[in-house]
Amino acid sequence: MTVNVLMPALSPTMEQGKLAKWLKSEGDSVKAGDVIAEIETDKATMEVEAVDEGVLARILVPGGTENVAVNTPIAVIAEEGEEVADTADHAPADRVGEEDKAQKQAEAAPPVPGQTAPQDEPGEANKAATKAAVEAATPAPKATSVAEQPSPRVAPEVPEGTTMVSMTMREALRDAMAEEMRRDPSVFVIGEEVAEYQGAYKVTQGLLQEFGARRVVDTPITEYGFAGVGVGAAFAGLRPIVEFMTFNFSMQAIDHIVNSAAKTLYMSGGQINCPIVFRGPNGAAARVAAQHSQDYSAWYSQVPGLIVIAPSNASDAKGLLKAAIRNDNPVVFLENEILYGKTSEVPALEDFVLPIGKARIARPGKDVTLVSFSIGMTYALQAAEQLAKEGIDAEVIDLRTLRPMDAATIIESVKKTGRCVAVEEGWPQCGISAEIAMRVQQEAFDYLDAPVLRVTGKDTPMPYAANLEKLALPSVADVVAAAKAVMYR
Amino acid sequence: MVEESGGGAAAASTVPPFTREQELTAFRDMLLIRRFEEKAGQLYGMGVIGGFCHLYIGQEAVVVGVKMAARNGDQFTTSYRDHGHMLASGMEPRRVMAELAGKRGGYSKGKGGSMHMFSREANFYGGHGIVGAPAPIGAGVAFANAYRGDGRVSLTFFGEGASNQGQVYEAFNMAALWKLPVVFIVENNRYAMGTEISRASAQIDFSKRGAAFAIPGKQIDGMDVRIVKATADEAIEWCRAGKGPYLIEAQTYRYRGHSMSDPAKYRSKEEVQKMREEHDPIEQVRARLIADGVSEDELKKIDANARKIVAEAADFATADKEPDPSELWTDVLA
Repeated sequence: MTVNVLMPALSPTMEQGKLAKWLKSEGDSVKAGDVIAEIETDKATMEVEAVDEGVLARILVPGGTENVAVNTPIAVIAEEGEEVADTADHAPADRVGEEDKAQKQAEAAPPVPGQTAPQDEPGEANKAATKAAVEAATPAPKATSVAEQPSPRVAPEVPEGTTMVSMTMREALRDAMAEEMRRDPSVFVIGEEVAEYQGAYKVTQGLLQEFGARRVVDTPITEYGFAGVGVGAAFAGLRPIVEFMTFNFSMQAIDHIVNSAAKTLYMSGGQINCPIVFRGPNGAAARVAAQHSQDYSAWYSQVPGLIVIAPSNASDAKGLLKAAIRNDNPVVFLENEILYGKTSEVPALEDFVLPIGKARIARPGKDVTLVSFSIGMTYALQAAEQLAKEGIDAEVIDLRTLRPMDAATIIESVKKTGRCVAVEEGWPQCGISAEIAMRVQQEAFDYLDAPVLRVTGKDTPMPYAANLEKLALPSVADVVAAAKAVMYR
Repeated sequence: MVEESGGGAAAASTVPPFTREQELTAFRDMLLIRRFEEKAGQLYGMGVIGGFCHLYIGQEAVVVGVKMAARNGDQFTTSYRDHGHMLASGMEPRRVMAELAGKRGGYSKGKGGSMHMFSREANFYGGHGIVGAPAPIGAGVAFANAYRGDGRVSLTFFGEGASNQGQVYEAFNMAALWKLPVVFIVENNRYAMGTEISRASAQIDFSKRGAAFAIPGKQIDGMDVRIVKATADEAIEWCRAGKGPYLIEAQTYRYRGHSMSDPAKYRSKEEVQKMREEHDPIEQVRARLIADGVSEDELKKIDANARKIVAEAADFATADKEPDPSELWTDVLA
């Protein structure tokens, strides 16, 4: 009997990855536990172990193949002496045999803490050095990779004719930090696994290699403590970027975020400001259940003294993170794990900084206003596409900044459409969409042709079971239904 | 009582002597705090000061001794029993008092109050209403010092009650791990609000609380300003030499209640009386100065001057205006 070896998932959100290399050849005997191959994504590398005893009869996906979908058969293990049918049609034949150059570089230049990675042209500017270091450490994801989200309209702040480059939100965030660290020596990154490990979600990849251990600081597992240390350093004039491995763990540190960071400027009569960024993935990832899936958008948005940002795409992520780092206030920067790997267009500008507190009209329309942010934009934009097929022209607004909230852009849109649906993954009670509904009824009541509706995460802890998790989160269908409801269709 | 606990403290070897000049400085600075706090207590009774007000009377030797060891540029951070730390840091008594009264001339324009006061100029980083918070914040200030390599030391105070908070140990761990220049000073006044140390702490030798992180600790008589100063000298030198944090447990005592509204039923009047008579930090210095030949008159002059400064501060605070209503909306964001 033959057994197919399948492409494994390294993380709950992994959809595809690279089969880096085979450690066994066709015909080799294997037993359970033998490492037979290495796979990697832009986040991590992992060994594939055989789970059965036998002979590696066929390698279906050659070493060096990119973009192998999870669960694709990559090899066949047969019993000793068994005949194996030709199953090679499983293999994506057009990507055969390419020994990846970046992989070789990565092996040649292991990360050295506190040192810039070696480069070919020592005379080159700092920037080039980083690029080399980063490329050495990470094979750049190919443009053809992940399923794209509907491409968001370029930020209105980007001049016409600007050259755009494709990158993941993960890379955009990393570039934003690196650029600001080059620009201002008082900027540093601190958090769990940000340095040696290159970031639990690989957002800080390459930073240690360029900036060294003084400015890229691994902490113990001690959120309350390192949030407080960050705040103290910010009081004393540094500009810390504090990474929470996920915002779920920021609940340990919320006292320092709220009591120390947000309130001290006020309590000191304007003397002591706190220029700090608290950032990390927020909200649901995939199958990580109740304690690792909470959305803190509404929690932090309630606090005066904080700025809260939640971008939905790489371009906004880069421009807003740079703005957040330069801002003299504490900024809570809510990222999203599922969006990290999504690719979109980022302007190739020397210094791309976006204004905080400005929403973006991601899709102009005239019939109904859909307002969302972060991963909620994925539902909103896809719903708008579907609605268009049914003759409903939805305007989609991406808030980008949650506090201060750009209510003016929402109100202006609602005055035009007369209908509004707010979309978020967070819980309904006292949520961001509750706030949107309140502002719309207060400032555009006479323009409304229907009550404001909201599509939110369900009012339960996040379940683990795949079917229940799906039910707990909003869906495109929910948004379409809500939009139709306010259209009375 | 202080003399009963920790032989390490009261039975400390020979006490390093002060020069007459040092004794006079200590006397002047401690007396100013004492008179200021007495006045604050009065103003609270008159309704000029509201909310929570935690007086430092009895503990003056701790902050004054540390201040005498500090160098210009070293930073102070503490929790909400903070008036003494502000005066020791060189902040103006009238502006501190105005803040207590919630007036516009206060350090925080009247928006912080007794528990939340800061001065960038005086390197005073609060004034924090959450008792354990100074530990990581003070470690963070020390992180900035180490980052810049500027040789400054962060002097971080909190009470023995706060010493049971988890964040204190998170801060100890990081400070030791990264060798941050921070002196943690536990002001052990024996009562966390109304809870006596032995009812709240499994280990009442607070100088041992850093041992798990290999932070050197010393338990001292915090009522003797000379001992505090000498120990702070050692600790600050240790930090400035790049050896990492240092922990001082200063055994002290507050004469007044935890806050103004504390009926103090948890301890006897005799206990308080005994501390005042036998261990008062100011009286100890006064006795030595007299023995050294300084005249009563000179000391009275110092006292009169302290009373004058405090009276002026009280007048300023009373007469000063409340903040303009528009101030409600300022300083929310920078």
